[in-house]
Amino acid sequence: MRFMLLFSRQGKLRLQKWYLATADKDKKKMVRELMQVVLARKPKMCSFLEWRDLKVVYKRYASLYFCCAIEGQDNELITLELIHRYVELLDKYFGSVCELDIIFNFEKAYFILDEFVMGGEIQDTSKKSVLKAIEQADLLQEVRNPPKRPLWTPIDL
Amino acid sequence: MPAVSKGDGMRGLAVFISDIRNCKSKEAEIKRINKELANIRSKFKGDKALDGYSKKKYVCKLLFIFLLGHDIDFGHMEAVNLLSSNRYTEKQIGYLFISVLVNSNSELIRLINNAIKNDLASRNPTFMGLALHCIANVGSREMAEAFAGEIPKILVAGDTMDSVKQSAALCLLRLYRTSPDLVPMGDWTSRVVHLLNDQHLGVVTAATSLITTLAQKNPEEFKTSVSLAVSRLSRIVTSASTDLQDYTYYFVPAPWLSVKLLRLLQCYPPPEDPAVRGRLTECLETILNKAQEPPKSKKVQHSNAKNAVLFEAISLIIHHDSEPNLLVRACNQLGQFLQHRETNLRYLALESMCTLASSEFSHEAVKTHIETVINALKTERDVSVRQRAVDLLYAMCDRSNAQQIVAEMLNYLETADYSIREEIVLKVAILAEKYAVDYTWYVDTILNLIRIAGDYVSEEVWYRVIQIVINRDDVQGYAAKTVFEALQAPACHENLVKVGGYILGEFGNLIAGDPRSSPLIQFNLLHSKFHLCSVPTRALLLSTYIKFVNLFPEIKTTIQDVLRSDSQLKNADVELQQRAVEYLRLSTIASTDILATVLEEMPPFPERESSILAKLKKKKGPGTVTDLEEIKKERSSDMNGSAEPASVNASAVSTPSPSADLLGLGAAPLANSAPPPSSSGSLLVDVFSDSPSAVAPLAPGSDDNFARFVCKNNGVLFENQLLQIGLKSEFRQNLGRMFIFYGNKTSTQFLNFTPTVICSDDLQSSLNLQTKPVDPTVDGGAQVQQVVNIECVSDFMEAPILNIQFRYGGTFQNLSVKLPITLNKFFQPTEMSSQDFFQRWKQLSNPKQEVQNIFKAKHPMDAEITKAKIIGFGSALLEEVDPNPANFVGAGIIHTKTTQIGCLLRLEPNLQAQVSV
Repeated sequence: MRFMLLFSRQGKLRLQKWYLATADKDKKKMVRELMQVVLARKPKMCSFLEWRDLKVVYKRYASLYFCCAIEGQDNELITLELIHRYVELLDKYFGSVCELDIIFNFEKAYFILDEFVMGGEIQDTSKKSVLKAIEQADLLQEVRNPPKRPLWTPIDL
Repeated sequence: MPAVSKGDGMRGLAVFISDIRNCKSKEAEIKRINKELANIRSKFKGDKALDGYSKKKYVCKLLFIFLLGHDIDFGHMEAVNLLSSNRYTEKQIGYLFISVLVNSNSELIRLINNAIKNDLASRNPTFMGLALHCIANVGSREMAEAFAGEIPKILVAGDTMDSVKQSAALCLLRLYRTSPDLVPMGDWTSRVVHLLNDQHLGVVTAATSLITTLAQKNPEEFKTSVSLAVSRLSRIVTSASTDLQDYTYYFVPAPWLSVKLLRLLQCYPPPEDPAVRGRLTECLETILNKAQEPPKSKKVQHSNAKNAVLFEAISLIIHHDSEPNLLVRACNQLGQFLQHRETNLRYLALESMCTLASSEFSHEAVKTHIETVINALKTERDVSVRQRAVDLLYAMCDRSNAQQIVAEMLNYLETADYSIREEIVLKVAILAEKYAVDYTWYVDTILNLIRIAGDYVSEEVWYRVIQIVINRDDVQGYAAKTVFEALQAPACHENLVKVGGYILGEFGNLIAGDPRSSPLIQFNLLHSKFHLCSVPTRALLLSTYIKFVNLFPEIKTTIQDVLRSDSQLKNADVELQQRAVEYLRLSTIASTDILATVLEEMPPFPERESSILAKLKKKKGPGTVTDLEEIKKERSSDMNGSAEPASVNASAVSTPSPSADLLGLGAAPLANSAPPPSSSGSLLVDVFSDSPSAVAPLAPGSDDNFARFVCKNNGVLFENQLLQIGLKSEFRQNLGRMFIFYGNKTSTQFLNFTPTVICSDDLQSSLNLQTKPVDPTVDGGAQVQQVVNIECVSDFMEAPILNIQFRYGGTFQNLSVKLPITLNKFFQPTEMSSQDFFQRWKQLSNPKQEVQNIFKAKHPMDAEITKAKIIGFGSALLEEVDPNPANFVGAGIIHTKTTQIGCLLRLEPNLQAQVSV
């Protein structure tokens, strides 16, 4: 996999992960271009498309688009399920994950993705192993900083 | 509303994020961010030492700001400090920051590397994991230099935890992708292969990815992985859906691992050991069988995972291309998917069938689905699916169904999306030519193309129809008649005017006997379009008119009147004006004999002679189409250094202007081989006096020298009794520098010495040349030097012209030579394995991506000399890649400013016949 993007229906980038060194300028250009292409597609269209010299696999979950760019030889369907497994992991960790969880805990979203995919290849496909790694990390919390629940103000999506 | 904030919530961060989200405008957001940045800056600079938590919080805020798309230029040091914290979450945020905001400051890198080293040595699996992730995320060459030696040890050490092994394997893979030269092969490789037997499926999954990447470049080294992969795969596909516990995904046992194992096997030919081979065949059969079983779940995840494995298995079957039974079963399976209700499956089936069409075993089976595919073209709602259908029709086309497929594609073209029209036009043009039994059908098809999608018909396409008509006597009359009829349409595309003008100019006489298409009617018809056309087309029509003067003396005065009109003779466009003036003079003063010679019918074009540079140019864009015939024909390329397309320009009406002469089809005039332009040029000089500022025709013999420079950079480019021109040049990626040395061989001064480098309009946009002026006086026996800085912006075909003018003993000297700046100078060699090479080779089957050329060797074929030429050409010489040891294989990447183009070539010499295929 070359990169993974999460963006909202409004075209806000929520997460970006690059597995091949890319200049910041090019990243911005690619993100803009690809968001435009994907957001313009209608529902029920197929989840794959050719884009530049890459294949793009995307899927929409509620208000969020998950979008992976893979290479010519890579398997589209398994990438689609990689996206799904990532969503399951987020869901399990946050409990009914929604876009706000990813906005406010963006660092966690990155950590979970890192445990799951590394260097563009899947590291462990077992939900248990990945979550175990994350929760272990959470257990390493210091007592000195007890978790504080932020006072949320309701925000309409 | 997030219900939980697991781990340690950072309240300040949450408040900040809320603030940003509440900003009503971009301005407000920037204001809030600037305020925060100022705050963080003051905290970092303040006297009070920050505790770890605050540092973490501020670093995290910076990260958030960066991810919003703003630039961050500080905080790196604080992040690095976090790395050495022994609190996990602080370390984790530090690593995240470093991974996302990679910094090239060397002092910082030293500190980061130190922290990573400590964590790798900590034997704490969580810390080791963080460090490995950071290396993989950054993946830079510096990281590889520091750690590529260490990671294999961690990977194969007996006491390494499974989770660390997984991270180490993928970390190594990432480093190998960026810096393969820094990853040393060694004892560890065989131990990595044995990880395929590991108990932990997560370890096997990660190891399989690593081995696949390594095996692509070092197939020998990892050969033993084949049998291990087969037995692992076999255990998975035969396991019950619950056996693998957490590695079962929606009732499919270990789909990711299965896909990866099947992918690894695609790095190798079918296993030689019959037992292994039998076991693999069984696996593949089992996978195909399972596709027929009723689904174990209605969830789309189940069918996706199952089909992911199935498609990968089919890829392997196609890759092996050796089991007719499996190939046909695969084809039938894909056939079912062609009508599946899931769009995704229809898309993939079309895509996969494209490659299946290129196997001789399954080509016929693929063809049976033609009606379904045509139907898909008509009914699919998604353009990307329709595109796949076009690709598949193209791939399954052969002599038996060409007429039907071309007709359907033409049909579709009428309503096709603009984004894919040009590609369809090219495909139709290629199929029509390739499978034309009857060339009248070919002519009709191309004219239809122009009618339906004239804007998308590129020059190559209409050049080609003209070449074919000129080369085939039997179709010329028909072509003349057909274009004449097509031109009757009140609104016809300019491309049709071009083709019509050209063909009538050559063969209008063949239909002139019919009073309905008498010479005058032909002329009036063409001239009625004249004023609506662009300058190049008008220039072409003027050439048609002068050809009419020769073909039809009876309308000579009419044509002369047109040429004489102010709108021609005083045309603001230099090219048009010049043609009008020259043609009018030519028609007035030249005798009929001279006219007949000068305006003679075009000689046949050399069949299929397009250059390797044309191939390079065309090797762009993604190609997923494969073509049976092309692959079976064993493509190859011209290597003998004859880089220029041998277009024929026997027409004597060439103009001294460097802009393209439309009569020189297929190549710009300056790229022509030497003899025709010089003869035509000198004729021009006889008829009209040459103005001193005009560029001289290419010096005779300079082409031979030019060809030599295709594969070398230094030497003598040109020499006559007065002047010697030497070259020294160097190229790196898309940049180059050339030193031109002008030696005065006489004992007399050269005065007004002005060398000029000239690029045609086309070339100017793809090649940036900067020259410094040279001293206008060159003393006898002296040498002056000129530097040319070169930047390749995009691919190009022509070479620039070096024109030199000077006075020697009272006589004006003017000569031109082609400057050997050719596309291959920006070629960088790439090493790849046989596996890799042929995989890519097979992918390059888009018509714009390949070129085959059969040519007679001009020189004796000595293997060593040929090798030297391939290397000199700029590509890597890949030994032991082609199954036939006599063949030569090369690969490289062309670097231009705008893009990089991979390029593969194969040369297949046939020694007996002294011919290379």
